[in-house]
Amino acid sequence: MDLAFTPEEQKFADQVRAFVKANLPADVRDKVKNGKHLGRDDYMRWQQALGKKGWLVYTWPKKHGGPGFTPAQRYIFENICAEEYAPGIIPFGTKMVGPVIYTFGNEEQKAKYLDPIRLSTVWWCQGYSEPGSGSDLASLRTKAEKDGDHYIVNGSKTWNTMGHWADWIFCLVRTDPKAKPQEGISFLLIDMKTPGITVKPIIMADGGHEVNEVFFDNVKVPVANLVGKENEGWTCAKFLLANERLGIAAVPQSKRGVEALKDIARAEQDNGRPLIENKSFAEKIADLEIQVTALEYTELRVLSSMAHGGQPGPEVSGLKIRGSEIQQRLTELTMEAVGEYSAPYLPGLLWQGTNEAPVGPEYAHLAAPRYFNTRKTTIYGGSNEIQKGIISKMVLGL
Amino acid sequence: MDLSLSDEQKQLQEQAERFVRDKYAFDARRKIAATERGWLPENWAQFAELGWLGMSFSEEDGGYGGGPIETMIVMEQFGKGLVLEPFLPTVVLGGGMIARSGSKAQKEALLAPMIEGKKQFALAWLERQSRYNLADVSLKATKEGAGWSLSGHKGVVYNAASADHIIVLARTAGSAREPKGLTLFIVDGKAKGLSRRDYPTQDALRASELTFDKVSVGADAVLGKVDEGFAVVEDGVDRAIVALCAEATGCMDAINAATLEYIKTRKQFGVPIGKFQVLQHRMVDCFTNAQEARSMTLMASLKIDDKDPVVRAKAASGAKVQIGKSGKFCGQSAVQMHGGMGVTDELSVSHYFKRLTMIDLMFGNQQHHLTRYSNLAMAA
Amino acid sequence: MDLALKPEHKAFADEVRDFARKNLSPATREKTFSGKHFDRDDHVVWQQALGRQGWLAYTWPKKYGGPGWGVTERFLFENVLAEEGAPRIIPFGVKMVGPVIYTFGNDEQKERFLPGIRSSEVSWCQGYSEPGAGSDLANLRTRAVREGDHYIVNGQKTWTSYAHWGDWIFCLVRTNTEAKAQEGISFLLIDMKTPGVTVRPIIMLDGAHAVNDVFLDNVKVPVANLIGKENEGWTCAKFLLANERLGIAEVPASKRGVGMLRAIATDSLRDDPSMAEKIADVDLQVQALEMSELRALSTMALGGAPGPEVSTLKVRGSEIQQRIAELAMEAVGEYAAPYQPGMLFHDTNETPVGPDHAPPAAPRYFNMRKTSIYGGSTEIQKNIVSKMVLGL
Repeated sequence: MDLAFTPEEQKFADQVRAFVKANLPADVRDKVKNGKHLGRDDYMRWQQALGKKGWLVYTWPKKHGGPGFTPAQRYIFENICAEEYAPGIIPFGTKMVGPVIYTFGNEEQKAKYLDPIRLSTVWWCQGYSEPGSGSDLASLRTKAEKDGDHYIVNGSKTWNTMGHWADWIFCLVRTDPKAKPQEGISFLLIDMKTPGITVKPIIMADGGHEVNEVFFDNVKVPVANLVGKENEGWTCAKFLLANERLGIAAVPQSKRGVEALKDIARAEQDNGRPLIENKSFAEKIADLEIQVTALEYTELRVLSSMAHGGQPGPEVSGLKIRGSEIQQRLTELTMEAVGEYSAPYLPGLLWQGTNEAPVGPEYAHLAAPRYFNTRKTTIYGGSNEIQKGIISKMVLGL
Repeated sequence: MDLSLSDEQKQLQEQAERFVRDKYAFDARRKIAATERGWLPENWAQFAELGWLGMSFSEEDGGYGGGPIETMIVMEQFGKGLVLEPFLPTVVLGGGMIARSGSKAQKEALLAPMIEGKKQFALAWLERQSRYNLADVSLKATKEGAGWSLSGHKGVVYNAASADHIIVLARTAGSAREPKGLTLFIVDGKAKGLSRRDYPTQDALRASELTFDKVSVGADAVLGKVDEGFAVVEDGVDRAIVALCAEATGCMDAINAATLEYIKTRKQFGVPIGKFQVLQHRMVDCFTNAQEARSMTLMASLKIDDKDPVVRAKAASGAKVQIGKSGKFCGQSAVQMHGGMGVTDELSVSHYFKRLTMIDLMFGNQQHHLTRYSNLAMAA
Repeated sequence: MDLALKPEHKAFADEVRDFARKNLSPATREKTFSGKHFDRDDHVVWQQALGRQGWLAYTWPKKYGGPGWGVTERFLFENVLAEEGAPRIIPFGVKMVGPVIYTFGNDEQKERFLPGIRSSEVSWCQGYSEPGAGSDLANLRTRAVREGDHYIVNGQKTWTSYAHWGDWIFCLVRTNTEAKAQEGISFLLIDMKTPGVTVRPIIMLDGAHAVNDVFLDNVKVPVANLIGKENEGWTCAKFLLANERLGIAEVPASKRGVGMLRAIATDSLRDDPSMAEKIADVDLQVQALEMSELRALSTMALGGAPGPEVSTLKVRGSEIQQRIAELAMEAVGEYAAPYQPGMLFHDTNETPVGPDHAPPAAPRYFNMRKTSIYGGSTEIQKNIVSKMVLGL
C-alpha cells in the first residue's frame, strides 16, 4: 500500500494536465469555472478532443478501444480534468450504454455503435423512468411489440436528461406483459429521428430546462437494435445502474467545489472581515472537506478492489448516497456564503447567456438556483432511499 | 398564562383562510407573480377594506388596537398561500417603524394613508458588504442646509419599485459598523437622484438595487432621532422576523400537507409510498419540525412586545433559528419525498421550498441568529 | 393569549420555592447539581414531604385527593422544583398506576391503593416489558391463570425500574391465550412480598443499578387485584402510556440541565463560540419543546385527553436530554475518561480526578442513551404518530 504516486504516474499526471491545458477551449473552461450552463456544442468540442486522444472512454478496457487506465490513472485523470475546469463527461454514451453494448451486444452492434461513442460524434440519452415508474423501475409500461423485423414502441419516458440534444436513446421496454415485472423487459436502442418520437421539456424549480418527457407513438425500431436477448433487458439495466452509481459520487467535482466555496468565502465580507475568518463558517467548510476526503478514500478502495478483477458491487450505493449529500451541502454552504444576494433571480443571465449584468458578484445569482437544482442528486440515479434499500438487502442481508 | 385565541382572533383567522382559498389557488398565484408589479392592487384594496392594514396599530394611530398575535394569524395564512402582496415591508416594517418612532406629522402623512391602502413602503438597510450586520452601513447622509443629502448604495430592497416611500438607513456619524451614528430617513420613492435596478427574486417577490446620488431630503425626513436610528431598525427588523416566522409556519403546514397527500397517493412497488417506514418517519419528523416552528413563533409573538429589548431580541433570534432549521428540514424532505416531481416548477412544493429557503436568508440566517442568541444568552 | 403570570401565580411559585427550600435535604439537592445518583431515601423522604403537603399527586383531580391544579400551577410546580434541585418524582405510583386505578378501578381499589400512592408510603414499580416483548409490547407472555379467587402468575418481566425498592408492581399479564394479541391481556396489581417473586439486578453500562428482571414463579394474586375487566387490560396499558409520554419529555429537568451546562462550560465559552452556540442551540430546542408542551396542555385544559401527538414531545424530549449529556461530556473533554464509581454512587471524601463535574459526565452520556429507547422507543413513537396523526 502506498499513497504516493510512482514516477510513471507523476509523468502521466503531467501529460494529462498538459493535454487539458492545450485542448480545453477557453470559453468552455470559463463557463465551467463561473458555473454557467453549457450548450451541446460546448460539451461536444471538449469530448471530441478527448475522443481523438482516446481518453473519452477512459473507463473502458483496451480491447474495446479504451485506454486501459489503472485505478491510479483514472483517479489522476478525473481529478486533473476537474481541477482544470473541464466539463463533466456526459455519461449516457460513455459510461452507460457503451459498456452495456460491449458486454451484452453482438459484434455487429459493437462495430456500429462503439466508435461514435468513443469519438463523441453521437449524443446518447437514457429512457428508463416513466411517469408511473420511478423508484419502482421494473413496473415500466412502455410497450414494444414485434412486427416482422421491427418492434412497434408505444409509451412515454420521463426525467430524460438532455434528450432534446440527443441523436439516440437507449430504452427499457416491455416485450412480455405476461411475465413477472423484471422478466418481460428488453433493452432497445432507438434513433431519435424515427417518426413518432416527441420530446417535451420539463421546467425545473430553478427555471431551467435540462430534462424532458419523451413520447413514443407507434415508433418502428429494427429488431437488430435489441441488445442482449429479448426479455432479458433487466440484466443490462442492473449492470448499467451499478456502473452509473460509481461515477455519480462526483468526488473530483466536489473537491473543486470546496475550493470554489473557499474562494467565495474569502471574497464575501462579514463584519468587515472575510467570511472565511468567521469560525462557525470555517468549521462548516472544514466539516465538508473531511466528508469529501472520506468519500474519496472510500471510492479509491472500491476502485482498487475492482482493479483486482471485479464488477462494482452493491456497496457502491454508499458512494452515491454520500456523494449526492455532499454535492447538496456544497450548494447549501455556497448559498449561505452569498447570503441575501442569493435572492435576485436573473433568468436571462442564467439561461439565455444575455449580457445583463449580475446583481452583486458573478457567483451570487447562481447560488440559489444551484441549491434548488441539486436537490435532484439524492433523487436521481436511484433515490437515496432506494440505495439504502439495496445496501440493506444486498450487503447487510436484511 | 393563556394560549388560546379570542373569538375575534378566530374570526380573523377564518377571514384570512378564506382570502387565501379564494384568491391564491396555485395557478392564480402564478398569474399574479407574472404581472409586472408582482402583486394585485385589488387584493391590497381588500386588505384595507378588511382592516388588515391597520389591525396591529393603536386606535390613537388610526388602527384597530391589535398586536403581534393578529399579525401572526394573518402572516401564517399568507404563508399557506405564498401571498405576494407586500404586507411585510409596508405594514410590519414601514408602518410599524413609523408608528413607534415617527413624529405626529409623519404618522398623519404616512401611516393614516397606509392604513387606507394608499401608501406602500420599503426598508433599505442592506448593502453589498453588510451580510447580516445591521450596523454595517456606508451609505452617507451629509448635512445640506436644513436638510440632508444621501449618497451610496442599497441592495435587495424588497418592494422598492412599488413603494411610495423608502426608509433608508444611512450613516450620519461614526465609523464603519458602529451602531451609533446611524439615522433613518424617509425618502420619496421618486426622489431626484434615486435610481433603481428592479428584479424578481427566487421566490417571485420583487426587489431592487438602489443607487442614491446626492438625494436631497428635508430635516422632517428623519425618522426618530439623528444618529439614533440603529435601535429603531433593530427593533423593527426583530418584529419583522417574528412576522416572517409566522409566514414560514404557514409554508411548512402547506408543504407538509402536500407531501402527506402525495405519499398517500403515489404508488410504487404496488403500494402507496407512505407505507414505507423510512418515509413515514421522515414525514413524522416534518410534522414535529412544523410543530416546533409553530411553538417558537407563538413564543416570539407573545414576547415581541416585551419592554426589555434583550427579551425581544432573544425571542426573535430564537424563533428565527427554529424557522431556519425546521424550514430547511421540511422543504428538503418535501422535495425528496416528491422525488423528481419535487424539483419541477409544475407542483407547488418547489415554490414553498424556495420561499422557505429565502426566508432563512432574510434578516439573518439560522447561523447568524444562533450566534446572536448565544451572545445574548451569555451576556445575561 | 398571554404568557404573563398573574399575581396569584407568582405567589404560588414563591410558596412552592419556599416549601422546596425547607423540605428538600441539602444532601439530596447537592446530588442533583453534582450529577450523582440518588438512593432510595433521597426519593422517599422528599416524596413523603410532598405527600404530606398534598402535592405529590399534583396531576390528580381534587376528587381523588389531588390539588386540582390548572395548567399554569402544574407548569410552575414542575419548574420551580427542578430549579431547586429536587429529584424527579418517581412516576410509577403517581403518574402511572394512580390514574389507572382512579380511572378504571372499583371503589374498593381506590380506597385501598390511592392513599399510599399520594403519601408515597408505598413504592410502585412497572411490570410491562418482557424479554420477548419490548417494542412489541402486546406480544407479552407472562401468564395469569384463574384458580378460584386467585390468579396464578408465571413469567418474567424486565427493565423494571426500582423493582428492588418496590412494594408493589403493576403488571400486564396474559389471561387469554386464544384471543388476538391485544385482547387477552389484563392489568394486575401484585404485592412484591408474595412468595414466588424474585428480583435480579441488571447493571447498566455506566455501572448503575436502577433496573431489574422480575421473575414470577407460581405467584398467587387475589382476583380483587385485577383492575378493570379481565382481558381488557390493553385499554389501561394504552391510557397509561399516553400519560407517561407527556411527563417523559422532562422539560424542567432539561432547562436545569442547560443552566448546568453553561456553568460547566463557562470558563472556556468565551474562547469557544462554537461550544457556546451548541449550548444556545439546545437551549432553543428546550424552549421549543416547552412551548409545544404548553400548547398541548392548553388544549387539554379545554377538555381533551393527551392525544397521540404527545409522542413527538417524548421523541424530542429524549433527544434533548441526550444532547445535553453529550455536550456536558464534550465540555469536560479528556477528563471524562477516568471512571470514578465512588464519586457517582456513594458519599465519599475521595477527591475527583479532574474538575468536580467530570466524574458523572461520561456515565451520564452512556446512561441517557436509554431515553430514546424506554417508554416506547423513538421508532415506536414515530410509528404511532405516523398512524394515528398522519393516517399513513
